[in-house]
Amino acid sequence: MNLELLEKLTQTFGPSGYEDAIRAVIRAEVEPLADEIHVDPLGSLVALRKGTGGGKKIAVAAHMDEIGLMATYVEEKGFVRFTAIGGGIRPGNGSRVRFANGVTGVIYVERRDDPSTLPELQHLYIDVGATSRADCPVAVGEPGQFIGPLVRQGQRLVSKTMDDRVGCYVLIEVLRQLKDAPHDVYAIFSTQEEIGLVGARTAAFRVDPDIAISIDVTATGDLPKALPMAVELGKGPAIKVKDGGMIAHAMVRDMLVEAARQAGVPYQMEILLGGSTDAAAMQLVRSGVPSGCLSIPCRFVHSPSEMVDEADINNAIKLLLTALRTGE
Amino acid sequence: MSNTRNETLITTLQTLADLTGVSGDETKIRSAIKPLVENHVDTMRVDALGNLITCKRGTAENPLRVLVTAHMDEVGFMVVGHTGEGGLRVEAVGSIPERLLPGTHVWVGKEHTPGVVGVQAIHRAHGNQQAASVEDLVIDIGAKNKEEAQEAAPLGTAITFASRFREMGAALTGKAFDDRAGCAILVALLQGERLPCDLYGVFTVQEEVGLRGARVAAYAVEPDVGFALEGTLVDDLPKRDKDVSPTAELGKGPAITVMDRSYTTPPRLLSHVLKSAEAEGIPYQIKQPGVSSTEAGSIHPARGGVPAITIAVPCRYIHSPRALLHPDDLENTQRLVRAAIARLTPETLAIS
Repeated sequence: MNLELLEKLTQTFGPSGYEDAIRAVIRAEVEPLADEIHVDPLGSLVALRKGTGGGKKIAVAAHMDEIGLMATYVEEKGFVRFTAIGGGIRPGNGSRVRFANGVTGVIYVERRDDPSTLPELQHLYIDVGATSRADCPVAVGEPGQFIGPLVRQGQRLVSKTMDDRVGCYVLIEVLRQLKDAPHDVYAIFSTQEEIGLVGARTAAFRVDPDIAISIDVTATGDLPKALPMAVELGKGPAIKVKDGGMIAHAMVRDMLVEAARQAGVPYQMEILLGGSTDAAAMQLVRSGVPSGCLSIPCRFVHSPSEMVDEADINNAIKLLLTALRTGE
Repeated sequence: MSNTRNETLITTLQTLADLTGVSGDETKIRSAIKPLVENHVDTMRVDALGNLITCKRGTAENPLRVLVTAHMDEVGFMVVGHTGEGGLRVEAVGSIPERLLPGTHVWVGKEHTPGVVGVQAIHRAHGNQQAASVEDLVIDIGAKNKEEAQEAAPLGTAITFASRFREMGAALTGKAFDDRAGCAILVALLQGERLPCDLYGVFTVQEEVGLRGARVAAYAVEPDVGFALEGTLVDDLPKRDKDVSPTAELGKGPAITVMDRSYTTPPRLLSHVLKSAEAEGIPYQIKQPGVSSTEAGSIHPARGGVPAITIAVPCRYIHSPRALLHPDDLENTQRLVRAAIARLTPETLAIS
């Protein structure tokens, strides 16, 4: 496990639409591993690893962008109001944010008449240490990321933005270790996944693949009073059957199951009730692309402390390498 | 405070705003725009959905393809039923604030048959503070019975607010400034001098019901970059005890979108537009992020991806019978869009 790389990936700035910094980090890693590199107009990085011949065109996508927030208004006393970048952000009292310009802020909730209900985003504000609108170092439109350092505790890894930098990590390692595959593999490090699966859609339009696979995190059913879900942390990468936006193509799903068996790694079948991944967008590109998804089980998704299991990551890499080395 | 009135622009706005074009039938607007631009463009056609797609060729050797959209359609209502008393049951087309409807004058159908949104009798209205939903409203056209109502306004008839353009102090008011303000600016762009780029000016349909026209137009045009022109909301009236964003403010220049519910402006395109404004000395404001959806949202995912930005004329009271805007903002938006497009180069859009 290259913890140093995972730390760099998870900590680098990159809310949806603002992926320049994370793209530069990933580009430096994959440039020596790729036969061709291309950045599309919406910022997705596409690295082609040519096959030995006789194979298919396979797109494998992991998204670079992260959820975040954006300043919408600065009050007279210098407090910053904000909106979400991406869905389902749930900042707690005292959680911290780092804006693109380097300013750090503390998120807190205003006093409300009825504290029994959960606060909405409009009830939260950010204190960036300003005393007035005039001296506030954050302007309307400034994007920010949540703060959450990477910590390793036994087999578990906790950090902000495992969603989906852990997918980027897997894809980079696959490119590093891939040898003698018949297929042309197009690694797509996509943008704007969290705001509508945009980057993978436009990148896949250009690649025009025969098969598309996304690598992303998925929720788990192993927490107290969790929604019933047959995915647990540490029980292996999850092969998507269905989620809120797609039904995995049976051929792709079975290809991943077969690869797991051949590689001798544990795996789980995943049915996710809500949410989706880049694969849902890629399957509808042009006249349609058989698509599937390999998931890394992850707890506390879209919080500043997303938790994954190291073995699941390593097994996902093995599984994908086996799948991509196999012919037809 | 008016010092940059552009009479041609104002006349175009007046002409277009007084016509009716609820999403799905933009014919009258399209017919009015055609003669305004046909002698100024190199090609002009109407696509399958009703978008008016024009192209004014550029002067550069390898011109960039620049798409500029403004939507012709406006919010309104559609007749979906008739009551025994001769009233019209309607559904909203697009988003309309229900609380302002009772008592509103409307135009029903192509002939602008006058109508009024029914008001609950005053002795019943007391104590009932909740606005009726559109489904519960009845539009009264003075028909005696169901048959007369069916005859005058068959199912599917479009209804708009009945209000004519007028000047009010330094401001301009009327219906449908969202987005006839954008249409007027796009007409002016096409009527103006050639730019270095190929300018694809598209007057779109069905924006208010899901950004539909711009989606197929962007697919057809295959642009390098997209600009969506809008009339956008202003919420700048004083609020008691509240320190909240005005979204945008009247008279402070074009409102530029960083991010809305439908898309995010690529930072390099945003900075290009801001630099263009600063270089030309044009005032501008950043619209409150995260509010409303615009056609940039259906341009940017077209084909292999298109950097796009929304630039809007700030308007009070949009989606109501009386939008209100300032002529300075109209002219400054036109100037900014023109300047930003004129200054575009392939390097502006380069990304690595």
